[in-house]
Amino acid sequence: MFTAFRTAKPSQYLKGATGDWEVIIGLEVHAQVASNAKLFSGASTAFGGAPNDHVSLVDAAMPGMLPVINEECVAQAVRTGLGLEAEINLKSVFDRKNYFYPDLPQGYQISQYKSPIVGEGTVRLDMPDGEVVEVGVERLHLEQDAGKSIHDQSPNHTFVDLNRSGVALMEIVSKPDMRSGDEAKAYLSKLRTILRYLGTCDGDMDKGNMRADVNVSVRKPGGELGTRCEIKNVNSIRFVGQAIDYEARRQIGIIEDGGTIKQETRLFDPGKGETRSMRSKEEAHDYRYFPDPDLLPLEFTQAWVDELKAGLPELPDAKKARFIAQYGVTPYDAMVLTLEKASADFYEDVAKGRDAKIAANWVINELFGRLNKEGKSIEESPVSAAQLGGIVDLIVDGTISGKIAKDLFEIVWTEGGDPKTLVETRGLKQVTDTGAIEAAVDAVIAANPDKVEQIKAKPTMAGWFVGQVMKQTGGKANPQAVNEILKAKLGLE
Amino acid sequence: MTDLTALTIAEARDALAKKDFTALELTDAYLGAMEKARALNAYVLETPEKARAMAAASDARRAEGRVGPLEGIPLGVKDLYCTEGVRTTACSKILDDFVPPYESTVTSNLWADGAVMLGKLNNDEFAMGSSNETSCFGPVVNPWRRKAADGSIDPTPLVPGGSSGGSSAAVAAHIALGATGTDTGGSIRQPAAFTGTVGIKPTYGRCSRWGIVAFASSLDQAGPFARTVRDAAILLKSFASVDPKDTTSVDLPVPDYEAAVGTSIKGKVIGIPREYRVDGMPAEIETLWSQGIDWLRAAGAEIREISLPHTKYALPAYYIVAPAEASSNLARYDGIRYGLRVTGDDITDTYELTRAAGFGSEVRRRIMIGTYVLSAGYYDAYYVRAQKVRTLIKRDFDLAFQAGVDAVLTPATPSSAFGIGEKSGGDPVEMYLNDIFTVTVNMAGLPGMVVPGGLDAKGLPLGLQLIGRPFEEETLFQVGEVIEQAAGRFTPAKWW
Repeated sequence: MFTAFRTAKPSQYLKGATGDWEVIIGLEVHAQVASNAKLFSGASTAFGGAPNDHVSLVDAAMPGMLPVINEECVAQAVRTGLGLEAEINLKSVFDRKNYFYPDLPQGYQISQYKSPIVGEGTVRLDMPDGEVVEVGVERLHLEQDAGKSIHDQSPNHTFVDLNRSGVALMEIVSKPDMRSGDEAKAYLSKLRTILRYLGTCDGDMDKGNMRADVNVSVRKPGGELGTRCEIKNVNSIRFVGQAIDYEARRQIGIIEDGGTIKQETRLFDPGKGETRSMRSKEEAHDYRYFPDPDLLPLEFTQAWVDELKAGLPELPDAKKARFIAQYGVTPYDAMVLTLEKASADFYEDVAKGRDAKIAANWVINELFGRLNKEGKSIEESPVSAAQLGGIVDLIVDGTISGKIAKDLFEIVWTEGGDPKTLVETRGLKQVTDTGAIEAAVDAVIAANPDKVEQIKAKPTMAGWFVGQVMKQTGGKANPQAVNEILKAKLGLE
Repeated sequence: MTDLTALTIAEARDALAKKDFTALELTDAYLGAMEKARALNAYVLETPEKARAMAAASDARRAEGRVGPLEGIPLGVKDLYCTEGVRTTACSKILDDFVPPYESTVTSNLWADGAVMLGKLNNDEFAMGSSNETSCFGPVVNPWRRKAADGSIDPTPLVPGGSSGGSSAAVAAHIALGATGTDTGGSIRQPAAFTGTVGIKPTYGRCSRWGIVAFASSLDQAGPFARTVRDAAILLKSFASVDPKDTTSVDLPVPDYEAAVGTSIKGKVIGIPREYRVDGMPAEIETLWSQGIDWLRAAGAEIREISLPHTKYALPAYYIVAPAEASSNLARYDGIRYGLRVTGDDITDTYELTRAAGFGSEVRRRIMIGTYVLSAGYYDAYYVRAQKVRTLIKRDFDLAFQAGVDAVLTPATPSSAFGIGEKSGGDPVEMYLNDIFTVTVNMAGLPGMVVPGGLDAKGLPLGLQLIGRPFEEETLFQVGEVIEQAAGRFTPAKWW
């Protein structure tokens, strides 16, 4: 599946002194495989714990120790490959990548070089303007994580924590298909969504369980590709955007000043919002890759892949399409609702047997809005799907108005309780008794003869009357009834 | 009481069963012999307390009627095998006084079957060598000595072969009833040939490599040394197992190898590869080979000349593949987590100082060769081509086996044991040529066994090598015993 080399839209061009520039971006994402044990040892992958608590003899590279592949990690990589609509290679090979570092006990990282477990695939991005951008996946391979070197505990020593050493990572390499920081952010975000749906990586970037190496180059629109720089280990989606914006500007500046870009590895400094050189191509390691003789080639059957495929959950793109078809929500709303599987499930619980659009409106605007504001995840929501559904029910059957519903939501959010009971006990019930509404309407008309005169010339004034009546009834009057009675009494038909 | 150390494993097993003596008595006999044989430098660590405790435990088991296949049999262990709570160094300074908190799978199998550990045996550093001269504990002295033309004994110390030189010397000198070895390019078979002992390198994957210090992972294989073919068969049964901790070990039933010993080889097809007739091969080796052919023909085997055309590429290819893997396998010895550390100004300095001080010159040479052949720009020219050669070597054997050959008979070594220092000074290739008949077997992953065939004019043992089909070690024991019966057994005159 080869994606044609995209040219950016003019709106994505960066303006330079010499004209427009196009940014070419590719991402290498390291995603920690969700598994209980490491890739080649039985040691735990639990986060935290005292340093060097989760280290087996294999992880510490004791003499005579041998790696044994963890089948669950292989299954997770295959599931991910399937989720990326990628080619699954029934035979792949583990290689050794050789270099010395204290947090790499073996003196080599076991990775996959020439024959990865997963080949080419595709990730679709829903951009806010409605455009769907297809980003090609070049490959996905399995490899070991290194340990952690801790430089800030002592002036004279570096400490090494091997808890992470040997944990399984998936390196997912995109094609250079992205043309702006926003696209790169959307890609990382979509990838994260897919991995989380699949349950193959928790996508927790704060813990370093997902991180990106960003390759950036610039060129004249549609022209010859420029020299790329690789920005290592960017650990948030926001920083990816910042790093790209800075790096593209830096490269354009150099070229426009008559300089040339050196191929190099750079680091992003989130504090300063800039990238700086880490090592040049000349300083790059010669990793001396060769097939790991301790491990036979990794082979499995198509039947096993099919079995894993049958067990996959509904993925974001499919779920989004279904939401549009089944619930009649807009593509954008469908995208928002399906960003997280838990959110989508929550929405479906609310929408079940109810007006799906009103449900979508309440889930997105009230619930997600409030969760975002308070930095809570859907799992931490104080309002359950049943409670939110109860509120929607009360709106739809006319028991409360939309405005009262917002107050009710606030009460449920802060105090909890059954919405229906709360409406009763707090007297939030909408006044649908036409007699009471008529009385209020009459009172307003009587008190404002001048306005009554004005409305005859300007029927849009009706809104003012509705407001006055609502005020009189403490917001509890059924707005539809108020409208009808007002119109009748004022002869606005 | 007769000298208990003169018995074979089979004989000791039967005598122990008849309660002629106890395991403790047998072990004590060996501990006494070891003490007197320290001039050989075969053991780098004697573990008498452990040996006596294990022997006593063996006697206790026997009293309860629990008798393992190796019950009470005292063995020496090559220092490449990690032994729990017992210093393991691979005879390298870099491991310093490393004490593993774990036991290798093979030695675990041996102890589970009732065997007793006498101590750790000398070897070439990280099993890199063919003379046991690269050990940080110094060379092992071969219990065999040359006879001068006038019949007098020449006291020049000879090498016992390598890398399992401590193992071969200990078994030949009766200071171990059997021993463990490892064979990457001939490290069991060449020392067996130099000491008149029987050594077998099983098929790659037959024994677990777990807990054995790695040299070249795709070539390394564990195997036993013994004084007779039957003893080697008894030991291999205990060595072999599939191991979930070594995914290159193979899940095939382990046959009763001993049952194959003494059965007829009538009708077996023995291949004689013409490419093993190398230039400058001593006439004595040629004669021995012909003698071997005659013995097997006389026993009813069909002798067939075969061609293994890629043989001449085996040694150069081996000296690319093995150092390449070694350069990576030995990267873990960095002074950070265990073993020797020489602290430098920074981490790179510490690595450099530690590794320079910890590794001997032959190990350094191979790390450098291996690093070179894996480097960008050289990888395809060396490593990839060597792997292709390897495939061709394997195919040569496959074709011979497909054509009906049951086993291949070759000389074991191009010479008998040489003197300490004679080949270690100058051109390393001279030393590497020792493995010319043995490396093909590792490259092809096949089983190979060396059986003593006779003595040369200097009175030194010479061996014959049998190469078999994958996982058909039984054929080797069967054919090997025929040679043993015809050639007789060879024991060095005690001078130590």
